[in-house]
Amino acid sequence: MAIPDNKLAFNDGWQYSPAPENTDHIKVRKKYKLFIGGDFVAPVEGKYFDTINPATEKKLSSVGLASTADVDKAVKAARKAFGPWSRLKAAERGKYIYRIARMLQERSREFAAIESLDGGKPIRESRDVDIPLAAAHFFYYAGWADKLEYAFPGRSVRPLGVAGQIIPWNFPMLMASWKIAPALACGNTVVLKPAETTPLTALKLAEVIADAGLPPGVVNIITGAGDTGAAMVNHADVDKVAFTGSTDVGRIIQKSLAGTNKKYTLELGGKAANIIFADAAIDQAVEGIVNGIFFNQGHVCCAGSRLLVQEAVADEVIQKLKDRMETLIVGDPLDKNTDIGAINSPEQLATIESYLAIGQDEGGEMFQSSCPVPDQGYWCRPTIFTGVSQSNRVVQEEIFGPVLAIQTFRTFDEAVTKANNTPYGLSGGIWTDKGAKIFKMTQSIRAGVIWANTFNKFDPTSPFGGYKESGVGREGGMHGLDAYLKLEAQ
Amino acid sequence: MSLSAVPVTATLPDLSRVPVVDEVGVNERVARFQSRSIKTASKIEALKLILSMIDLTTLEGQDTPGKVRQLCQKAIHLHDSMPDIPHVAAVCVYPTMVGIAKEALERRAINIASVATAFPSGQAPLSVKLDDTRMAVDAGATEIDMVISRGAFLAGNYGLVFDEIVAIKDACGDTHLKVILETGELGTLDRVRKASDLAMHAGADFIKTSTGKIQPAATMQVTLVMLQAIRDYFYATGRMVGMKPAGGISKAKLAVHYLVMLRETLGNAWMTPEWFRFGASSLANDVLMQLRKQATGVYQSADYFSKD
Repeated sequence: MAIPDNKLAFNDGWQYSPAPENTDHIKVRKKYKLFIGGDFVAPVEGKYFDTINPATEKKLSSVGLASTADVDKAVKAARKAFGPWSRLKAAERGKYIYRIARMLQERSREFAAIESLDGGKPIRESRDVDIPLAAAHFFYYAGWADKLEYAFPGRSVRPLGVAGQIIPWNFPMLMASWKIAPALACGNTVVLKPAETTPLTALKLAEVIADAGLPPGVVNIITGAGDTGAAMVNHADVDKVAFTGSTDVGRIIQKSLAGTNKKYTLELGGKAANIIFADAAIDQAVEGIVNGIFFNQGHVCCAGSRLLVQEAVADEVIQKLKDRMETLIVGDPLDKNTDIGAINSPEQLATIESYLAIGQDEGGEMFQSSCPVPDQGYWCRPTIFTGVSQSNRVVQEEIFGPVLAIQTFRTFDEAVTKANNTPYGLSGGIWTDKGAKIFKMTQSIRAGVIWANTFNKFDPTSPFGGYKESGVGREGGMHGLDAYLKLEAQ
Repeated sequence: MSLSAVPVTATLPDLSRVPVVDEVGVNERVARFQSRSIKTASKIEALKLILSMIDLTTLEGQDTPGKVRQLCQKAIHLHDSMPDIPHVAAVCVYPTMVGIAKEALERRAINIASVATAFPSGQAPLSVKLDDTRMAVDAGATEIDMVISRGAFLAGNYGLVFDEIVAIKDACGDTHLKVILETGELGTLDRVRKASDLAMHAGADFIKTSTGKIQPAATMQVTLVMLQAIRDYFYATGRMVGMKPAGGISKAKLAVHYLVMLRETLGNAWMTPEWFRFGASSLANDVLMQLRKQATGVYQSADYFSKD
């Protein structure tokens, strides 16, 4: 369908006044030590690093920098706690996890605000998605604690021991819950390291865990950057490594684990295709594109960062997408009306901007919405590239920002070929009014999660994980238990 | 009515090509509009805009000239103790009351909308509907709110529904035509979308959700689908069509959500009474109450606002 140039206007007229979330009730300490053995203890070498608010570039707090010696202390504390914790009556373990879940719900406002302050994500998401889902994961796995043998009929289950867990900066609190909840439910103890740019909600979680009365050492939370993570992975007394982050770091971890007896799960990068057929409900598909790539500033491993749209509706979809992008509000993460918050760090912003230059050099046509962005802080307007191909880097590589590469296709087979033509295989989306096409497509796409007529939907009951270079193992659901258990013949 | 009276420019579009609608996605989009937080200055601006968009309505079997005169007084004097309050867009009455309303409004810039075409069921021959329409126009109605033949639409007789709208539009002359789809009787969002496209192609100046006599009346879901139909029609033709959700919108907060939806779907050009109306009888008082609260910080008793 040819679209005449009849433009809608969104920039003038009635605008929304600022509606900032109240932060008076929030308690962030000036300094956080390491949470080891049930107490906050100073790092052995006495070093600290700053965590900043990416929307203002101002310092929020100082957190301890864990050295190899601190990692060793934390692993020892977890090892000491493992025996009694794993022998505790399973229903009692469940009670502790339920308690954490309830306390998270009670303090959800505070957690949401801190998540937005420290990570830059809009309060609408931290309030409605991150924190409720984190609590839901604790609730879900609490229920499994005393039912593990029913998950694996005919086999006996035993915990692994000490789990070393390293989580990324895009969903700090949610990833902490994905890691901690199943590990505890299965009777393991934990050393968790949040990302260096977003340590605060994990440290608040440490406070909740202490308040919940968990036995000392069952959960240890230490902060630091790559060196700290490497010390955890390489520690001889760690039985299991769980990592969520980039494919590059995942490769390093997998190499260093080769030849050891450690179990591991890796959740890595993605370059998911969101595929729109001509018979799809177009307006809802456009909404799905927006949720797929602009959710959490595009800092999402399963983001729908490639759009494959059938040629017959390509012009219409792109026109509607551009108009929809004009209504997205970029700015203060704490404003309840903000759709797209701050880019998490100056390093990540530089990466994204380098890809904007690459995409244009490759001959792609770039469109960005015209919304204003604040002077201070790290920002990227929602961006799309049209006229790009499989051979272009913006189509091949994970950008991890609000940047969408749009390609067209003619036939079902062409869509499948393009969707699978990537080293990644984490997620995908299909938009069509025809059920048979959905099933045919889900069987053809090599990806761990495929959404039909929706995108970026998460639930604790649903397993999540990747094919190919997107990772190893599954988290969530019943499958997520397997990663924290030794299964033996009865 | 012979087909020769139908202007040759209006042709029934190929309704098999009308876009499909996904209800789950519509619900999600609506929830997102409702999560917008409208405060302070933007709220006051919205409340005033809502007042100016209201079609103050009385459509009862028990309506009398006295009742209609009361309503017209309310339209002129919404709440005179508050300065800077706009007047409503129109009063909406039955054809027999148009003359009364015209007299009561004394040439003020308030439109007189009249329902017509055997409102609310539309179960009458076209000749009766045309007479009904002409009578309202002759009595001074500036806007006609017609109903479509839902039975014919559900039976798939789109041609009949289309030709009726074209004929009524012709009978209206320069008088604005609002076409009521009665979405509560259409049953699915796909049919709402189809009926919207049909009505706009037949010449509707406005499309309107409901008569107010059938539940559910206006919902945000149905209104969103109609707004998207208006946008697609504008993309394709360049002609703007207005939107009127009617029935069931009695609270200011809900009306503000409608404005958010309007702004983020059609943009600023539609944010005027010329292109958007609320068909409502009790909405005005709740908006006034909210405006008073914004000014004084406290809610006033409902008894401080005239009930007509």
